[in-house]
Amino acid sequence: MTGQLFLQQLANGISLGSLYALLAIGYTMVYGILRLINFAHGDIFMMAAYFMIFSIITFKLPWFVAIIIVITATVALGVLVEKTAYKPLRNAPRMSIMISAIGASFLLENLATYLFTGVPRGFPDIKVLTTTVKIGGLSLTIATLITPFVTLILLYAVLFITNKTKIGMAMRAVSKDFETAKLMGININKVISSTFIIGSSLAAIGAILWGSRYPSIMPLTGVMPGLKCFIAAVLGGIGNTAGAVLGGFILGMAEIMLITFLPAFTGYRDAMAFVILIVVLLVKPTGLLGEKVTDKV
Amino acid sequence: MKRVLSLLLSLLMVLTLFTACSPAASNGEPEAEEEPGPAEDADVIKIGVFEPLTGMNGGGGLQELGGIEYANKVYPEVLGKKIQLVVVDNKSDKGEATTAVTRLIEKDKVVAIIGSYGSAVSIAAGDIIKNAQIPAMGASCTNPMVTQGNEFYFRACFLDPFQGKVMATYAIEQGAKTAAVIMQNGDDYSVGLANFFIDAFKNLTGDENSIVDVSEFQLNESDFNAILTNIKAKNPDVIFAPSAATTAPLIIKQARDLGIDALIMGGDTWENPAIIDVAGEDAEGIVLSTFFDENDPATEEAQKFVEGYKKELAGKEPIIPAVAALGYDAYILLRDAIERAGSTDGVAIRDALRETKDFEGVTGIINFTEEGDADKNLAVIKTVKDGQFVFVDSVEVK
Repeated sequence: MTGQLFLQQLANGISLGSLYALLAIGYTMVYGILRLINFAHGDIFMMAAYFMIFSIITFKLPWFVAIIIVITATVALGVLVEKTAYKPLRNAPRMSIMISAIGASFLLENLATYLFTGVPRGFPDIKVLTTTVKIGGLSLTIATLITPFVTLILLYAVLFITNKTKIGMAMRAVSKDFETAKLMGININKVISSTFIIGSSLAAIGAILWGSRYPSIMPLTGVMPGLKCFIAAVLGGIGNTAGAVLGGFILGMAEIMLITFLPAFTGYRDAMAFVILIVVLLVKPTGLLGEKVTDKV
Repeated sequence: MKRVLSLLLSLLMVLTLFTACSPAASNGEPEAEEEPGPAEDADVIKIGVFEPLTGMNGGGGLQELGGIEYANKVYPEVLGKKIQLVVVDNKSDKGEATTAVTRLIEKDKVVAIIGSYGSAVSIAAGDIIKNAQIPAMGASCTNPMVTQGNEFYFRACFLDPFQGKVMATYAIEQGAKTAAVIMQNGDDYSVGLANFFIDAFKNLTGDENSIVDVSEFQLNESDFNAILTNIKAKNPDVIFAPSAATTAPLIIKQARDLGIDALIMGGDTWENPAIIDVAGEDAEGIVLSTFFDENDPATEEAQKFVEGYKKELAGKEPIIPAVAALGYDAYILLRDAIERAGSTDGVAIRDALRETKDFEGVTGIINFTEEGDADKNLAVIKTVKDGQFVFVDSVEVK
């Protein structure tokens, strides 16, 4: 193994990990507030990629305008899913809302297949993101380079919102105790909508970066990243934002390093991700940064 | 907390099962539901079309279906009755494939079946077809196991051992001494073709170590950077990556982004405009083998087909996809056999198919081997130039 090969793989791992991290934040925030695994998150991510394709290729918008429109549309979709699929079930048993989440996920996948067909679509080539730069012997696209920084900046922004703003305080209160927060006059629906707004906008940014690196988009594009990011969120401690980012980095790095050091096991990449999930649940179900006691007695 | 999470885990596992056979929209609803009676009594003869219209091979399946539907338009009748196509979507999924074929046979009572694009689904459906004694005609499923030990499954295309050899021969003619191979774990087409290539390449170079890397990936994978970085370090002359048209552009693009300038080659699934659309400039120079070239029609039927189908495609696709030509051939082969059999009995059609002699198809003169495979020894090599698939060579292997 040469140093250069290792450095290239390291860059691959950090970059993949930070993409996972962006999506994992969305899972973990919704879980923190609603105790719900939002299975539709991966599909909202997929829809965001399609929105980008339509705004740039069909409507010929410049990329910076398109990014704003895509984020807005994705947020609207995320909130719509929450209002139609989750809100009516707010007082139902937790299992019902989870099944509703799975239903929302299948609905989005099938809707995308119906509207956009199963044929893969090319993601628009945004030169600012897809240009390749050579550093030393390493060959990286700009998207690969900036993804970790984008993730860290957004993590900081999310932590700022949850820790320093009024709505963030409300979010923390709702996540601690739903009923009491309600009694204290916190507008639960507003808090939940804000959570979905943040989660969906991160999914939209994730989709734009993902599409620039992996430009083949089809209705099932969101499935694997969705599952992997859920694993990342559990690994980091579901409900904990910084944990989700840490989990994403670890998972991305582990996948790449498996291939680097054990090239004979390249086919076991997905299997390894699920093994990590099982091990975490067995050994430390609260995850790396999860709080010890999260359930109320 | 622990209980909730373990519950989640089990749910997640169940969910992964679902996503593996994800119920995509059923665009391919059969058109005729109002005539449940046995085919003999009706005034139409039903032929089932078993193709992936969604999922990983959705693009290719639609191309093949186009050819079949066009053939139905050109030759709408057999034995004085109208031929009705009953299309089902196997969703590129082995589980769905068996359901789809069972539905064609039991519910729609088709007399014969055409399809499918993608060998894995054809293999999965093989046993049901055999037990029901309904003759099936594969158009572009190239894995040998499709027809092996199944006297009711025929096909109109060449086989992967042949295709693997063609690609290995071409690579070596281009001066390649080493090769790296990437295949999709669990996809019979990809694994089969990759292994035939490996065998042929080792044989032709006479060097056991000429394959410097073999990597696998799984369904729905998008990230090939790690695999390709490993391959880059080994510096092969060519990369052979038989894969679906959804995956191929990702491999091609990521390889070029990593600065790999080796020749990248694939199989027949790569002749799909989606690859050029997605990979853009990076698709320039890729090499693939395919079944047919519209600029070199082999027969009169081919000439007629190219002229007619070009008009049909106008504006939709720049070239006639080879799988459409094979879909057309599969249909006219079956129709010819039904005509000669004089009945819609499965065994009679099978026997007629076996007796097919020097049939003039679009992709050449067709005879069947003992196994039910079209006896073909000609493949077309194409490359991508200026955003178009262009003819490079036709290769004959004995």
